[in-house]
Amino acid sequence: MQTAAGVEACLPIRSDMDLVWVRQHVRQAAALLGFSLVEQTKLVTAASELARNTLVHGGGGQMETEAVTGGPANGLRLTFSDEGPGIPDLERALSDGYTSGDGLGMGLGGARRLVHEFAVDSTPGVGTKVTVVSWAARSPRPRGEL
Amino acid sequence: MPEHESVEKHGSPAQEVGDFLRRRGEQVAQRWADEPLFRTVFTVSRDEAVEAGKIVVEALAQVADTNQVHDPDAAGFTVVREQLSRMGAARSRAGFTTAQVSNDVNALRPPVENLLLADLPDASADRVRECTTALTVLMGTLRLVVLETALSEGQALIERQRLQLLEVATPVIKLWDGIVAVPLIGTLDSARSQVVMESLLEAVVEQRARFAILDITGVPTVDSLVAQHLMKTVAATRLMGAECVVSGIRPAIAQTIVHLGLDLGTVLTRASLADALAYALHELGADIINATPGGAGSR
Amino acid sequence: MSHDFSRPVTGHVPVLRLGDILLVTLQGDLYDSTAQQLQQDIGDTIVSTGVTGVVIDISGVEIVDSFLGRVLAEIAAQARLLAARTVVAGMRPAVAITMVELGLTLPGLRTALNAEAAMNLLSGPDQDTRFGGPRQENR
Repeated sequence: MQTAAGVEACLPIRSDMDLVWVRQHVRQAAALLGFSLVEQTKLVTAASELARNTLVHGGGGQMETEAVTGGPANGLRLTFSDEGPGIPDLERALSDGYTSGDGLGMGLGGARRLVHEFAVDSTPGVGTKVTVVSWAARSPRPRGEL
Repeated sequence: MPEHESVEKHGSPAQEVGDFLRRRGEQVAQRWADEPLFRTVFTVSRDEAVEAGKIVVEALAQVADTNQVHDPDAAGFTVVREQLSRMGAARSRAGFTTAQVSNDVNALRPPVENLLLADLPDASADRVRECTTALTVLMGTLRLVVLETALSEGQALIERQRLQLLEVATPVIKLWDGIVAVPLIGTLDSARSQVVMESLLEAVVEQRARFAILDITGVPTVDSLVAQHLMKTVAATRLMGAECVVSGIRPAIAQTIVHLGLDLGTVLTRASLADALAYALHELGADIINATPGGAGSR
Repeated sequence: MSHDFSRPVTGHVPVLRLGDILLVTLQGDLYDSTAQQLQQDIGDTIVSTGVTGVVIDISGVEIVDSFLGRVLAEIAAQARLLAARTVVAGMRPAVAITMVELGLTLPGLRTALNAEAAMNLLSGPDQDTRFGGPRQENR
């Protein structure tokens, strides 16, 4: 599929206006890769949570998007990175109800439930990198008749 | 050992087998037509079986010509792949296991081998051995191709049925103005409850339904995962501004829910679909009244 | 019925007054600051007009993350303190599914299928607990 052009990007996360760009780009990329409406909505919401984390806790950073193609299903990989203070207690940050800033304490743990793959790499004093991947459900079209 | 005129000199045993297959194609096909693999697929006419056999023989000859007797991806096989998968699929449909289909294909070898031996009466023992080995390898590769196509056909079939089941098994029914219901039948896994949730919520929007009934009469067991799916559906329905009623909780399931210590406290439940409908109608301001005096009253 | 826009200013979401009810229609993607501004505007408008209900129509909203969820919950809580009831109307199915998966069920929030149903709900009697809880009827 010739979709890489509309998918690959690196967006800055410096203000709440950037969050709007992040959401719009993720929605567009997911649509290009054939994600259903519900799948798009889940991924955009996860991206919004993670981007806000980057902004609020990481002091700003960036999001990279990348298509994962070639397998049985199309995927979209989002990488959020910042050079902030890092997450001292990752276990606790991922548990429900934990919050250190605004929101309902759903940020990291909630975002994890909305995606298929989730990885956090955080070093105190150096920064945090969160990588998520979601896959589009396989198209319900039969592979041709017998 | 002197060369005989009837047996030409060839570059390789495989190519000699190829020549033999061309020469004796008709006879090979005739014999194969009586083997179960062909006989059971082409039940209408034996001629058809012979024709199909000839095509397969020709494909094998081509593969042998190119010295690819061991290669299931050889170009020669592509022509017959569809033919072979049709035969494999027919055997699978008849309830045969993969091992049995494998035996069926194996049974094609002895007739060809006998013809080959009869064709090489004067060849050296070494030559005969080389040629039969080449033929054996070729037939083994054929078996591999048949099994491969049969298996991938099976996979495709399972995938098609899985998707069909997802769609067919979750009809959303309009019971009344403002009331929709999904009768769930069978096991609820994550993929299915996702489809159920989506189609129920779509129906709520389309029908402007204030009540959505999830009937689980046909769900064999409720474990914590199923309970979680039910609660998610109820919560999502509520967020949209409708009320979700779970009905069809059989006594055994109610008992399981209690035993598992599952908290369905936030879920509105009714024993039967009829009870749920009566409840929803009542909430909408419509009550069912029995016309016959002395009949059971409505709830 | 009086139709007056309270603050039709850029950066603000228009708050429309229909008799005793404020109708707020959210569209598309909101900046965090716009959502926070809205929260303040609604509080101010309830106080200055004395309305008894607030309808927030989110049928045009494509995602509700925990931030916007929190803003909606806080608007409702704040309105309750000011003696007004809040109904969130028209949430899309995809949004509802995502919120539940995220863990945002907003238990204190009243919801309706659309703005019209929300208006009807507010014009009825104030019943905070519409349902008497679950009933088990095994016979």
